[in-house]
Amino acid sequence: MLNVSIYRYNPEVDAEPYMQDFKVDTQGKDLMVLDVLEKLKAEDPTLVFRRSCREGVCGSDGMNISGKNGLACVTPLSEAVKKNKLVVRPLPGLPVIRDLVIDMSQFYAQYEKIQPYMINNSPAPAIERLQSPEERAKLDGLYECILCACCSTACPSFWWNPDKFIGPSGLLQAYRFLADSRDTATEERLANLDDPFSVFRCHGIMNCVQVCPKGLNPTKAIGHIRNMLINSAT
Amino acid sequence: MVTSVTSLGRSGLSDWMIQRISAWVMTSYLVFIVGYFFANPNLDYAQWAELNSSLPMRMYSLITILSIAAHAWIGMWCVLTDYITVRLIGPKATAIRIFLQLGMIAITLLYVVWAIDILWGI
Repeated sequence: MLNVSIYRYNPEVDAEPYMQDFKVDTQGKDLMVLDVLEKLKAEDPTLVFRRSCREGVCGSDGMNISGKNGLACVTPLSEAVKKNKLVVRPLPGLPVIRDLVIDMSQFYAQYEKIQPYMINNSPAPAIERLQSPEERAKLDGLYECILCACCSTACPSFWWNPDKFIGPSGLLQAYRFLADSRDTATEERLANLDDPFSVFRCHGIMNCVQVCPKGLNPTKAIGHIRNMLINSAT
Repeated sequence: MVTSVTSLGRSGLSDWMIQRISAWVMTSYLVFIVGYFFANPNLDYAQWAELNSSLPMRMYSLITILSIAAHAWIGMWCVLTDYITVRLIGPKATAIRIFLQLGMIAITLLYVVWAIDILWGI
């Protein structure tokens, strides 16, 4: 039997959060953490967590699994269980709504700040704006982000200043549009980032890289943004 | 864009660059001084005073002290804006942070002036 410890908090009932222990029979299978949560929810329907696609595409079930942020649906027990114990908590740093569900407003507010859409005021061509294969290749490692918030909520700079520091996820997206040959707002985008908080709160500790379930590298993207700022400001 | 009036360079890029350059200056000074000690195992006061009263050495020391001051200003500013915030310690945080920031800036500048006094008083 696998010992599972889950963070529980229902603000309407509980005075404060607590850890609840369960025992789960995995029948010796290397289940995903989400499968274990589904089993528990069948037993105790009051357990609340977000999930949707269950295959690492939607980014709904980001949570702190045995101390490391990740997606429950693509994290196997063999990676997460230590000494026959699985500990599941909500993503750290953002307010808990209930159990494993966090309020991601602050995270989305930072995403909104970087204007995550193409800006190009030149007249649209008849069919589409073309890119060369090389220009398109620059977006690899950037467009794959699913906004699960595992990286930003693993970042101490984001914990301390979630209202000022854009965070690894938002900055990865910021670079995705800075690097896009079809976008013409590069200077405006850079001007919005050149303050002591938005980009430069990143001290390069690379927690984001360690936890990203899609294997992306926000620290590298932040380095590219910094280089673009240096190029345009010196 | 988040503006700030107490950071050293007012711009993130400028602070970042000052931080990197000052780090190199301090490292080079440390390597030079340690190297000098190793190269002169029988160093006496006369030789030490002669080294430190030469104009190039005074300038090098002064640039290093300015680097320490800038580096400390930026670093301490980062620490204070991380931990002394309304989010973490409540509504009094802004007053406390401004007090600590101004105190930190004052002490840093005092040290710089004192160091100049020492360097040119040798």
